Amino acid sequence: MWDYSDKVKEAFLHPKNVGEIADADAVGEVGSIICGDALKLFLKIDKKTDRILDARFQTFGCASAIASSSALTELVKGRTLDEALKISNHDIAQYLGGLPDQKMHCSVLGREALEAAIANYRGKPPMREEAESVVCKCFDVSEEKLRKVAMENHLTTVEEITNFTKAGGGCGECIPKIEAILQDVWSLIPSEKPPRPKRMTNLQKIALIEEIIESEIRPGLQADGGDVELIDIEGSNVSIALRGMCTGCLMADVTIKGIQSKLRELVSNDLVVEAIQ
Amino acid sequence: MKIIYLDNNATTRIAPEVVEEMLPYLTDRYGNPSSMHTFGGHIHRKIEDAREKVAALINAEPDEIIFTSCGTESDNTALASAVESQPRKRHIVTTRVEHPAVMNFCHHLARKGYRVTFLPVDRQGQMEMGTLLKMLDDDIAIASIMYANNETGVIFPIERICGAMKERGILFHTDAVQAAGKIPIDVKKVPVDMLTISGHKLHAAKGVGALFVRKGTRFHPYIRGGHQERGRRAGTENVASIIGLGRAARLAHRYLYEESSYLSGLRDRLESGLLKSCPDASVNGDRQSRLPNTFNISFAFIEGEAILLRLNEYGICASSGSACTSGSLEPSHVLRAMGVPYTAVHGSIRFSLSRYTTEQDIDAVLSVMPGIIRELRELSPFGRDALTCRTDCANE
Repeated sequence: MWDYSDKVKEAFLHPKNVGEIADADAVGEVGSIICGDALKLFLKIDKKTDRILDARFQTFGCASAIASSSALTELVKGRTLDEALKISNHDIAQYLGGLPDQKMHCSVLGREALEAAIANYRGKPPMREEAESVVCKCFDVSEEKLRKVAMENHLTTVEEITNFTKAGGGCGECIPKIEAILQDVWSLIPSEKPPRPKRMTNLQKIALIEEIIESEIRPGLQADGGDVELIDIEGSNVSIALRGMCTGCLMADVTIKGIQSKLRELVSNDLVVEAIQ
Repeated sequence: MKIIYLDNNATTRIAPEVVEEMLPYLTDRYGNPSSMHTFGGHIHRKIEDAREKVAALINAEPDEIIFTSCGTESDNTALASAVESQPRKRHIVTTRVEHPAVMNFCHHLARKGYRVTFLPVDRQGQMEMGTLLKMLDDDIAIASIMYANNETGVIFPIERICGAMKERGILFHTDAVQAAGKIPIDVKKVPVDMLTISGHKLHAAKGVGALFVRKGTRFHPYIRGGHQERGRRAGTENVASIIGLGRAARLAHRYLYEESSYLSGLRDRLESGLLKSCPDASVNGDRQSRLPNTFNISFAFIEGEAILLRLNEYGICASSGSACTSGSLEPSHVLRAMGVPYTAVHGSIRFSLSRYTTEQDIDAVLSVMPGIIRELRELSPFGRDALTCRTDCANE
């Protein structure tokens, strides 16, 4: 069971502004039935003042998607288009007393529907252009969207990206691409860059990896009758060999992952550990 | 608010008889069954008594039953034992609709270099015997195919599948977690080599399971340590839960036929009532060969989590194959393997009944469901018209 706030529950059980506007001035449609959520936003706009007179929605999706849609329509009513465009997905989530991490994509959906509707009204081409490159094929997420959502919400990890856009949550094939995009996004804005340990020389890195394996990793493995040997380090690739009971152990994969996360934690989080025979 | 619990394939209420049987072993009789003194030794006899009852449920011999901590441990043990005892065989056969306890262990073996065949199922969720027979070869270390599916209740023709395996001398395991206690299982007639049972799915406590291992099957323990379970599963026994499982198995065994017809009667009433009162609803799974307590129904154009949370307002507990309820972002692998369209997968609801389900429970669901479905459809941008239009456009 998701941990929904009372405001989310209320907006889900008694959503406001449900339905179509027959003579809507703007319609924004995002998502699809395949992805599991879709939102259609209808706006009635005063042509002289650009003010949103009425907003209604239809949503296919879970409780938080319906609640986010209801919140969106409440937030935009009475605002001018330019004011409405300042509403971020974060504002939608905040209006609902917060959303569970894994459900943040519902608030992003709301923000996208708003953009699509306003673009529709202003006669701009739909947000999605042919040239956009799809990164996540499972949920049809473009690189442009990933960059935008990452910057707007200060996302630094793939898991956060998945929570906000679903990208990477399907087959997982695009995860390396998302990692590369994230790295690129944050290298453009140095001040926003998450703190990283200062650069080590290769010699320092090798020495540190050796020390960690010796003091942190081997004792644990040896206690179970296993062992590990450091074979080589090339760039960020660390080659190791499992020895003793670890050889052919059914849990060897887990052991290697464990070694990798230890080294990432203590040395550098771009390290990739591989076992060789 | 009264809870109407229709999610018994997730877990079941512990039978009061089972609780009563367990209580002394959670209080006064805390001895260790491995001890030499009578205080502990008495408990050893109770465990053997439970073993006999669990064996009787599937017509096995008591020494063919190993107690474990859960269904997942039993499944993992069976697969790990098979590959360890036949190091030269590198092929694993299973299905695309298994429980994660089998499926993810097979993915793990695939990463270790094993060739794993995930057999497809047809639109009804039923096994395609022709495809299965074509896959069989001499390199197979184990075939693991579930007895009945947890999401749809579809029962596989295990007797025929098992016959085909035995003809070729292939080791065969079946996850019978959903089947045990709901339909008759006879391991003397169906020559499976290993079979998994879980306690909390048949009105025993959580944290206890069993693995049937046929006499003469080569077995390697998964958990090593003390000599418990005759050296086949180390670790001090979960005494109270094992004793409870014995009692639960006995209850299920004794009332199997009465319960089965009681459950299928209620289930059919709910199913036909919903199909009648809710438009654009369809049943997923082979209705000819299905567990008596389970059915899986799809409501097109709306999303399962939303349905569940609306039901929750009335104290009604069910589950869904929708992506939003899975914890991952992917909807049910079972329904997708069956080729159920996405619109129906997202709006799928599983109802699973138990001996404690009453007619009033069924009536309560029938009275609120049409309203919930109608309201959510009013919220949805999709509908019969929208979808028809889309198909037309696509055809142009």
